[in-house]
Amino acid sequence: MARTPATSRRALLFGTAAVSAGALLTACTSNEPKDQEGAADNAAPVADDKPGKQVTIGFAGPQADHGWLNAINDNAKSRAKKYSDVTLEITEGSNDTAQQIGQIQTLINKKVDVLVILPADGKALTQVGLQAMRAGIPVVNLDRVFASPQAYRCWIGGDNYGMGLNAGHYIGEQLKDTKNAKVVELAGLDNLELTQQRTKGFDDALKNYPNIKKVARQAADFTVESGQAKMAQLLQAQSKFDALWNHDDDQGVGALRAIEQAGRDDFLMVGGAGAKSAMDAIKAGDSVLKATVLYPPTMAASAIDLARALGQGKGVGGLAEFEIPSSLTLYSAVVTKDNVDQYLPTGFI
Amino acid sequence: MTQPATAPQKEAPPSATKSAGDQGSSRRPVLRWDVRTLSLLGVLAALVAVGGITAPDEFLATSNLQLVLTQASVIGVVTVGMTFVITSGGIDLSVGAMVALASVWATTVATQEFGFAGILFTAVIVGVGCGLVNGLLIAYGRMVPFIATLAMLASARGLALQITDGSTQVVSVESVLDLGAKDAYVLGIPPLVLIFGAVTVIGWLLLNRTTFGRRTVAVGGNAEAARLAGIDVRRQRLYLYLLSGLCCGIAAFMLIVLAGSGQNTNGNLYELDAIAAAIIGGTLLSGGRGTIIGSVLGVLIFTTITNIFALNNLETAVQQIAKGAIIVAAVLVQRRSLHGDT
Repeated sequence: MARTPATSRRALLFGTAAVSAGALLTACTSNEPKDQEGAADNAAPVADDKPGKQVTIGFAGPQADHGWLNAINDNAKSRAKKYSDVTLEITEGSNDTAQQIGQIQTLINKKVDVLVILPADGKALTQVGLQAMRAGIPVVNLDRVFASPQAYRCWIGGDNYGMGLNAGHYIGEQLKDTKNAKVVELAGLDNLELTQQRTKGFDDALKNYPNIKKVARQAADFTVESGQAKMAQLLQAQSKFDALWNHDDDQGVGALRAIEQAGRDDFLMVGGAGAKSAMDAIKAGDSVLKATVLYPPTMAASAIDLARALGQGKGVGGLAEFEIPSSLTLYSAVVTKDNVDQYLPTGFI
Repeated sequence: MTQPATAPQKEAPPSATKSAGDQGSSRRPVLRWDVRTLSLLGVLAALVAVGGITAPDEFLATSNLQLVLTQASVIGVVTVGMTFVITSGGIDLSVGAMVALASVWATTVATQEFGFAGILFTAVIVGVGCGLVNGLLIAYGRMVPFIATLAMLASARGLALQITDGSTQVVSVESVLDLGAKDAYVLGIPPLVLIFGAVTVIGWLLLNRTTFGRRTVAVGGNAEAARLAGIDVRRQRLYLYLLSGLCCGIAAFMLIVLAGSGQNTNGNLYELDAIAAAIIGGTLLSGGRGTIIGSVLGVLIFTTITNIFALNNLETAVQQIAKGAIIVAAVLVQRRSLHGDT
């Protein structure tokens, strides 16, 4: 664009023309209030709080052995309770692929109207998703995505790449005036695809800041114990650095403990996921933890909303569509001291 | 079997092994023990050299040596208990789960109300309680240790998950947290390392200098012969699993100090780490011979490797491969050195 001023001017002209035309069109349609009303009323029925057709939703998730997964279950349950027209059939969580397949098959046999599945391993559970869809039960695939789009009607989940990206951009902006800034990454379980996506996003974001270099990365296991152990090692290895991104707030409890034990406060830390303890620390502002990038467990409540809309054959509010979307990626907002109050209610214990 | 098994008991701690080896070279068992310990010390020395070369500024720093010892402490205490169990010819697969259960039980809100003593007492009691169940099932229920402790592994982890409901229980008792702070170091030694040291010394004395230790070795060498020699094999087994549970309770308390919280994932895979460290150290998986010093060296070797890998920013995958390779190498070397007499 900057090559020849002539083209850029021409582009500007065309752009202006296009915008004006658009404005004209909008003006035209908005002059016909009758049509617009009609469209909203008849064309796209939207699921709302008013009771509708009874819907039985089957929910199958992994074992809640982690704060975030526990919050997922809670969100799903409390959202389902909100609707008098929703019955929730929930299975005992399991990280065992064979067991989870069995549980989902039981829900299929019970002929639930809609299935919400958070697979312990998306790829491994694709077949049972297909099985449900073939049996005429629409599947809302929560978070860990199935290998085939045929295995689900709708996917809703978090943005792991986006988490890394937003964490990287936040750190980049904080350190943009620091010369030769050093960044350290405490990753999660390395055998999960999501960990690699988070790291990829983080690295991509840091490429925008040539003054920043990632000097170390260690993987922990999403547990407090591993967070403490790996962070203690990282602090030994890196006598000085400017920022730390920790993929997970649960292991962050351990990481913060290690930082405190080492008596270090010479860097800023960004967490991940959005645990209440992390948000409390951000709000208090007395530790190195200055922000956390969200991976909202409210997605489970949204999945119940989508399943209910599916069961009732309606679309979702705020969109003109007749049907619910086929995929929804949530935004990984950066929670800082400035906006923590807004997000605190979603923080999980 | 009893002869080579009891011989190591006459040996001194590692600091004295070299000279003791020279003096006792006429007696083959003593010499064998020495070769084993020395080879472990050699591996550790080689690792220290590698650490010193690859990360000269960081590895030999006092704070790093304190860290390595601290990180060895929790699993180290578990390994001491495991060494007794394996020496008696048994196995305890539930150590990680017992650590998890003891740590989450000791960090519940109700327990924390009683402060330092409440947390310590609960952790130890839960560990001993689990050990008691294991011991009763194995000694008097005549269950195979592998199965009984496997059942404990499953149920203790399940109970830990139920107590926490999947969430992390953060400790707010300052006196517990202070034990992990720099101010609490005694002459530069972290309190957790002191606990580990004490457990090691007591464990060594118990195995090598008491009737309890001799009985443990005898039961592991040949339970029937031990019974004929007048040893109450059942009661001995009960005590051994109790001891393992006690060690797990202590380890759970140490982990609470270290991580400042209780979580149902605590102690994950400790059973495998403890077994690996004991086997590398020279304790026979089939029973009849055990060495506390060897086990502790095994733990230190693993911790040092992890530390060196982290200092050089190597990936977890590489760390795991190396750990596996070292287990295989250590056992192969031991088999070679043992080949002459078994």
